[in-house]
Amino acid sequence: MTVGIVMLVHTALGRAEQVARHWSAAGCPVVIHVDKGVPRRTYDAFVNAMADRKDVSFCARYRCEWGTWGIVAASQSASELLLASYPEIKHVYLASGSCLPLRPVQELIDYLDERPNTDFIESATTADVPWTVGGLDEERFTMHFPFSWKKRRYFFDKAVAVQRSLGLKRKMPHGIVPHMGSQWWCLSRRTLSAILQDPERPTYDRFFRHVWIPDESYFQTLSRLYSEKIESRSLTLSKFDFQGKPHIFYDDHLQLLRRSDCFVARKIWPYADRLYEAFLTDVAGAMKKTEPNPGKIDRIFSKAVERRTRGRSGLYMQSRFPNEDWENGVTAAPYSMFQGFTELFENFEPWLAKATGARVHGHLFATDGVHYADGQTAINGALSQSAKLRDYNGKAFLTNLIWNTRGERQCFQFGPADNQTINWRVAKDPNAQVSVITGAWAVPLFRSNLDFAKIRTIAAQLQKVESEHMDILRSPFSKARVRIWTMAEFIEAPMEPLQGILDEIGRTKLRRLSEAPKMVDLSGFGQFLQNLKNQGMHPYLMGDFPAERGVASNQKTQRKPYLVQ
Amino acid sequence: MGVLQSYWLRVQRKRWRVRALRKRRELKRVANRTGQIRPDDLLLFCTQRNEGIRLPYFLDYYRDMGIGHFFFVDNDSTDGSLDYLADQPDVSVWSTTASYKRARFGVDWLNWLARKYAHGHWALTVDPDEFLVYPFCDTRPLRALTDWLDASSIKSFSAMLLDMYPKGRLDEQPYQPGQNPIEIATWFDSGNYTISRNHLFTNLWIQGGPRARVFFPDLPEKAPALNKVPLVKWDKRYTYVSSTHMLLPRGLNQVYDEWGGEKASGVLLHAKFIDTFGTKAAEELERSQHYAGSVEYKAYADRLKDDPQLWCKWSERYINWRQLEILGLMSKGNWA
Repeated sequence: MTVGIVMLVHTALGRAEQVARHWSAAGCPVVIHVDKGVPRRTYDAFVNAMADRKDVSFCARYRCEWGTWGIVAASQSASELLLASYPEIKHVYLASGSCLPLRPVQELIDYLDERPNTDFIESATTADVPWTVGGLDEERFTMHFPFSWKKRRYFFDKAVAVQRSLGLKRKMPHGIVPHMGSQWWCLSRRTLSAILQDPERPTYDRFFRHVWIPDESYFQTLSRLYSEKIESRSLTLSKFDFQGKPHIFYDDHLQLLRRSDCFVARKIWPYADRLYEAFLTDVAGAMKKTEPNPGKIDRIFSKAVERRTRGRSGLYMQSRFPNEDWENGVTAAPYSMFQGFTELFENFEPWLAKATGARVHGHLFATDGVHYADGQTAINGALSQSAKLRDYNGKAFLTNLIWNTRGERQCFQFGPADNQTINWRVAKDPNAQVSVITGAWAVPLFRSNLDFAKIRTIAAQLQKVESEHMDILRSPFSKARVRIWTMAEFIEAPMEPLQGILDEIGRTKLRRLSEAPKMVDLSGFGQFLQNLKNQGMHPYLMGDFPAERGVASNQKTQRKPYLVQ
Repeated sequence: MGVLQSYWLRVQRKRWRVRALRKRRELKRVANRTGQIRPDDLLLFCTQRNEGIRLPYFLDYYRDMGIGHFFFVDNDSTDGSLDYLADQPDVSVWSTTASYKRARFGVDWLNWLARKYAHGHWALTVDPDEFLVYPFCDTRPLRALTDWLDASSIKSFSAMLLDMYPKGRLDEQPYQPGQNPIEIATWFDSGNYTISRNHLFTNLWIQGGPRARVFFPDLPEKAPALNKVPLVKWDKRYTYVSSTHMLLPRGLNQVYDEWGGEKASGVLLHAKFIDTFGTKAAEELERSQHYAGSVEYKAYADRLKDDPQLWCKWSERYINWRQLEILGLMSKGNWA
């Protein structure tokens, strides 16, 4: 009892020869199908090269274009020849020229001997397979596909569209239920011969001849009719990328492949000398066995698919430049933007750094330059402090900063006097935590020594800018975590909002705030606002500060340091 | 894309092709070994002038990678590099004394050679100070990459220019022939690049790095472009438009994903900033044969007079391609 190998070959005939010899040396008869596209002379040379192996033969040749009937026809003709010439065969293993046996062939023979009537073929109904690429699943069976997908894509698509709109449908012969799965199977003689010798085979063949990608459905469907026991998995390790193309294995996958629990792997790069050397040896030369760990292989390849389809969030680079709103994350990590806090608290930045352990920058978007934390002149990634470089692409500056400092929370100050180009990007970024005390920009003006006429002009300008910014933050498109207080609201009870912000940053060293930042002296601020009003400029963003009461009277009591349980 | 725009681009492409045809007369054949080229050889195209000191390492680096045949255009060298190239068994070389600038910085010459010899081959177009790094380049030859690109029906491969520089003055460590220049210029900027999209040619325009940081902090729009598409499955209808920054037909510039995913890409390590740079810059300034009135070289000359230092505290030391991948400067895409 043994297993016979059907080998479908179209390129890298040298490697195919090596593998065929390996199979045959282990006592497995091989029937090779060579694609009709291979030139006659190359084919003849190949046949001659194999002439010394009596148990390697060649079957009739078909043209095997991807997605068409040729591959099934080739498998049929090779299997028929194999079953007819070698009556001792119990199982037939379908492999390709770029398949490589990972474990000694004897192990495969023993494994199949223990399971004489089991068919190893991945076979699932169309409704249950998620892996179809191109959107055709059930329609593979119900439509006609007269045009080549590879060469006549336009007509292929048109033909599908026309049939869809006309509602054309083909009927399944004898009510078979379409199944699909990996094209690489290992069937028992009983099942395979039943399929091949079925009196209804012409009917089925006629039907499948016009099915799209029949090599993934012909045997998968028909084996369901005859098999005693189907084990719906492939013994061939084969990984597919997001477009349904098989991943290729290289020399550097050697350790990975040794950990596979599959008998055969595909596809192997023809120049992967180390792989061929390592695996095409006899039992004596075989490497020491390692514990199978197929999960590791899965992870590597599913990560590759993930990288190609979703990419790394917040990364903008030469081969990943997502359209707006398609970024899968505008920035790489959560960060916090504070507006009006440094104006209101004297020591806000050191206090925040101490309370959270985050890196707290000053006004990163200040017009006179980038104010990095600790007065640095540059930061991770050699991001410069030049305002011109930053403003050349403000959004990229922000995304670069967050990308470069992955793993460390970034906080920065912002204000209406800063460059405003990033406002939309921040507002639409779910990673952004934005906290604003509106109108706090008036405090430095209030404490400044400028001419009042000048103050009035600046205040009007800042109020306009901040008001527009607040409209953006409050827009329905905003995805950031936004908190906005008027200044009057905030100074009423500053501890609660501060605690809330710290909790959300989540890395507070202290469970409860024991030390509050020191608020600036606001006595006379109400009068200052009133003076602005008297000059015809209406400061509304800071909320309600009655001029006569002022905040002076409250302020006396508030200036004591806070101690909160 | 509108019909008019598409037509206009077609006219552009034809124009560059005709120009390449015209400029071929400026090339004088010195050594033509193109008869040795096998159908699946990987080809390399390069223009050079007085880079003799760099050539031995350059050739070895790319031979090891699996380049089958080198094409050089020698632009009036005086350092004997032309003879050196003509003696190499796998190099075909042409020489010219015509203007580099008027051949659009050598693009016309290389377009012509590629059109004549590269049809159906993978062609890598680089300068003598550019060293390609691609995913798995330490374990897989370049052919593994091109085979994979072929299997994935990808025709062009992006590799951004990454400016490398030494720590300390540029002229501190003299470069020796045959030496790996990256041993001297080991440092780079990892995260200060800005990108914008060119909607007509659909390529990305990347700027930044040490040159923007040190030479152009006040004129960022003048900072040199770093986006490159050096590796292309060549077809005789293709043309490079501006250096290797962009190509026509413009579909070849679509080397990036727009829906959040990452395509595979590499990096060209740019070992320009070593001790030879000073003399080179002075010479090039005099010849005025470089892009935009050699504005780049002027800026360098000004800056390097007082403080020839590109290194800063946040510079990153080069280790290998995996490091560049992690930093997000290149990507494995779905190649695993």
